[in-house]
Amino acid sequence: MISRRSILKGAGAGLAVTSLPFASVLNAKAASGDVLVAVHGATINSLDLHRTGTNRPSYQVAVNCYDRLVSFGIKTLEDGSLSYDYATIQPDIAKSWQVSDDGTVLTFTLRDDVTFQDGTPVTAEDVKWSFDRAVTVGGFPTVQMKAGGLERPDQFEAVDATTFVITLDKPSKLALPDLAVPVPFILNSKVAKANATEADPWAMEYVHKNTIGSGAFKVIRWDQGQQLVYERNDNWHGELPGVKRLILRDVPSPATRRALIERGDVQLSFDIPNKDAKELADAGVTVYSTPIENAIQVVGLNTNFEPFTDPDVRKAIAYAIPYEEIFQTAAYGRGNKMWGGPETATDPVWPQPSPYFTDLDKAREHLAKSAYADGFDVPFSIDLDQSDWMEPTAILIIEALAKIGITSTLEKIPGANWRTASLVEKRLPLHLENFGGWLNYPDYYFFWAYQDGHLFNSSNYRNDEMEALVDNALHMETDNPEWAPAIMRMIEIAYEDLPRIPLWQPALNVASNGADGYAYWFHRQLDARTLGPASS
Amino acid sequence: MERLKPILTRIAQAIPVVVGVVVISFVLTRALPGDPAVFFAGAAADAASIEQVRSELGLDQPLPVQFLYYVQDLASGDLGNSVSTGQPVATDLARRLPASLELTLAALLLSCSIAVPLGVLAATRPGSWVDHVCRVLVTTGVSMPTFFTGILLIYVFYYLLGWAPSPLGRLDFMYIEPDRVTGFFLIDAALVGDWETWLAALKQLALPAITLALFTMAPIARMTRAAMLAALSSDFIRTARAAGLTRRKILYGYALRNALLPVVTTLGMVFSFTLGANVLVEKVFAWPGIGSYAVEALVASDYAAVQGFVLAMALLFVALNLVIDIAYAAIDPRIGFESQ
Repeated sequence: MISRRSILKGAGAGLAVTSLPFASVLNAKAASGDVLVAVHGATINSLDLHRTGTNRPSYQVAVNCYDRLVSFGIKTLEDGSLSYDYATIQPDIAKSWQVSDDGTVLTFTLRDDVTFQDGTPVTAEDVKWSFDRAVTVGGFPTVQMKAGGLERPDQFEAVDATTFVITLDKPSKLALPDLAVPVPFILNSKVAKANATEADPWAMEYVHKNTIGSGAFKVIRWDQGQQLVYERNDNWHGELPGVKRLILRDVPSPATRRALIERGDVQLSFDIPNKDAKELADAGVTVYSTPIENAIQVVGLNTNFEPFTDPDVRKAIAYAIPYEEIFQTAAYGRGNKMWGGPETATDPVWPQPSPYFTDLDKAREHLAKSAYADGFDVPFSIDLDQSDWMEPTAILIIEALAKIGITSTLEKIPGANWRTASLVEKRLPLHLENFGGWLNYPDYYFFWAYQDGHLFNSSNYRNDEMEALVDNALHMETDNPEWAPAIMRMIEIAYEDLPRIPLWQPALNVASNGADGYAYWFHRQLDARTLGPASS
Repeated sequence: MERLKPILTRIAQAIPVVVGVVVISFVLTRALPGDPAVFFAGAAADAASIEQVRSELGLDQPLPVQFLYYVQDLASGDLGNSVSTGQPVATDLARRLPASLELTLAALLLSCSIAVPLGVLAATRPGSWVDHVCRVLVTTGVSMPTFFTGILLIYVFYYLLGWAPSPLGRLDFMYIEPDRVTGFFLIDAALVGDWETWLAALKQLALPAITLALFTMAPIARMTRAAMLAALSSDFIRTARAAGLTRRKILYGYALRNALLPVVTTLGMVFSFTLGANVLVEKVFAWPGIGSYAVEALVASDYAAVQGFVLAMALLFVALNLVIDIAYAAIDPRIGFESQ
């Protein structure tokens, strides 16, 4: 009988046939067969990042199955784990690039030996088509491209097969790193065009279900809501991944995921709760907890709520928060503390600890000085979907506020409303927020979270000096002498005005039991390109 | 033909119900707080891109126009696309409904095969140790939340003993789904004679089915016991006893058959709530069922998916009620369709 169990070996579902009895072989020794099984609590809803409604976990498909012009390097962190390196931008499809003297024209020379998975060469024409697609389809990809100054198709030109030119409206330090994020991935435009229709010129339907890139993997099987199977592209231009086949299973229950990784039936459990991370690490399972760059869990104080316009009220709250207790209870001590820092910032780094700490006497002093010495009532809003960290945090803060005379009640908001209420309408007086910026510049964080009207400025904060500082610094090179002082001033204003009170920098937790080479990436998705079976 | 006509009448009677469900599900989803355009515009959306997503989803149209489009699509069998799964709703339902049905039916089969005999035994010996065991068992089963039972079973049978396979959904990753005929893995695998896959599917099914069975045993056992007690103390049983019929004949021939009516009714109710409400079991066992699908769609304000789910469930219940009515008629000839 021909076995239909070809999934673990051979070229693809239905293609290769084998009669090996995998059922008995694989379970304990999946790793030795170059096959790894990973589990995550999320689900992938599209193979195409550009599609409307594609969720964050799906971004990993763009990373694993497609290439970009440039990529970030990889570095080893102090604890020995791997992380992408924001400081190094290295060649990917582009073997070299030049920036014009005025910084507005970027000329890329492409490698001429890279082929798509169907064997056709990757040309500048494909890059142009892919970039046009990213800036045209709207939604998140278009917004992200815009962050790097890439807004219109006429900015991209395929000069010849290996020369690609980007013309910026104004020079920006964000342009080059923005080419290394998952969004500007390069599709096989010939295949895409062959599957495009008049109603669907960008082949959204086809790319939604098929990977047509030149990347390290291709998706050979996708059962939405259940699993995704990657298979290595042995003709990939980069260093070949150690894993030949990666099976990614959707397992919603954290308890089940924990049992699976502890038993060793799966080799990687991606994005596990802080509690499990702590306990698994204590139990001897390898756990990588990498602080997420440019991200902080904060308490938002909305300026549309009268008492929060009083600076003393804001400071009173900042001194009342039981930081350490929250960090231990809600984060299980994973991540970095963001309180008790120096009085003024000494380095232009972000995030950095605020000068505030828990001191109820100071809190009472500030409140007494304010116009609300007798306290007030305020609802404390949290997102039901993120209740794992938000609920304990909110409860501890509510308890602490009660001690200084501020009465607060917990208000839980379901997931779909949360974004509307907190970020779009910005109507929640006291709430929690956790924006993290992909591009690792302090000014990029301030742009999204401290500028008037911007999405993650859930506090309706506006400060004219901050507006000017961010506008000026955002596209400036970091070696410009004006840049560092500008950032320090931003931090100073942020910690004086306190529209957002930092709590801690969260960590991304990944448990491994039989897999090596996990690397942290800013996009917080699983990059399979460095993964391999454990060597021991 | 004589028997077919009342069935057709019943189906015709269901049409207004379905129309009502279509209208209500549409209105209710729109009444959900939350804005799908914001949700699906992604992490870093600005106002313009949210508007773009809104028009792409057709949500910028006035409600009556949206409804018209929805009905038009529905008439051609198109349930729309789910944004949260990225698949057509019809595809999602076709894949997930059999998964839920297989789990629920297996659980109910197991549950009935234990609960009904247990109920009968308890009724024939009220106050005896069997009765007490029955009471303790069903009380424990129903008072433990399903996710707790599920995790407990995983802990004991998978984590500690290693008897159960990895709780990874309907099939372990080294097996490929059997070719789809009914969508029930046990049936599909049996149809092509792939017993290895059949066994694997059964193993995956065992723990979640036991979890659900434990939970659903209580109402069935209690109802069987109560109905049997009532039947056993009724006049016709006394007459039968007086006539000297065998105990076996009395118990199974007359009492049980009369007691079955309320049991079947309870079964129908248990089935319907289990199918929609086993979200927790689905989550714990990574079972790709309809319950978690509906909940996730609701959380994301995924209109098409919610509507499709409600509609599918409505149709299913119409069918279920029909089956139960037919079962009534088979069990008790006094009940005919004509009398309703």
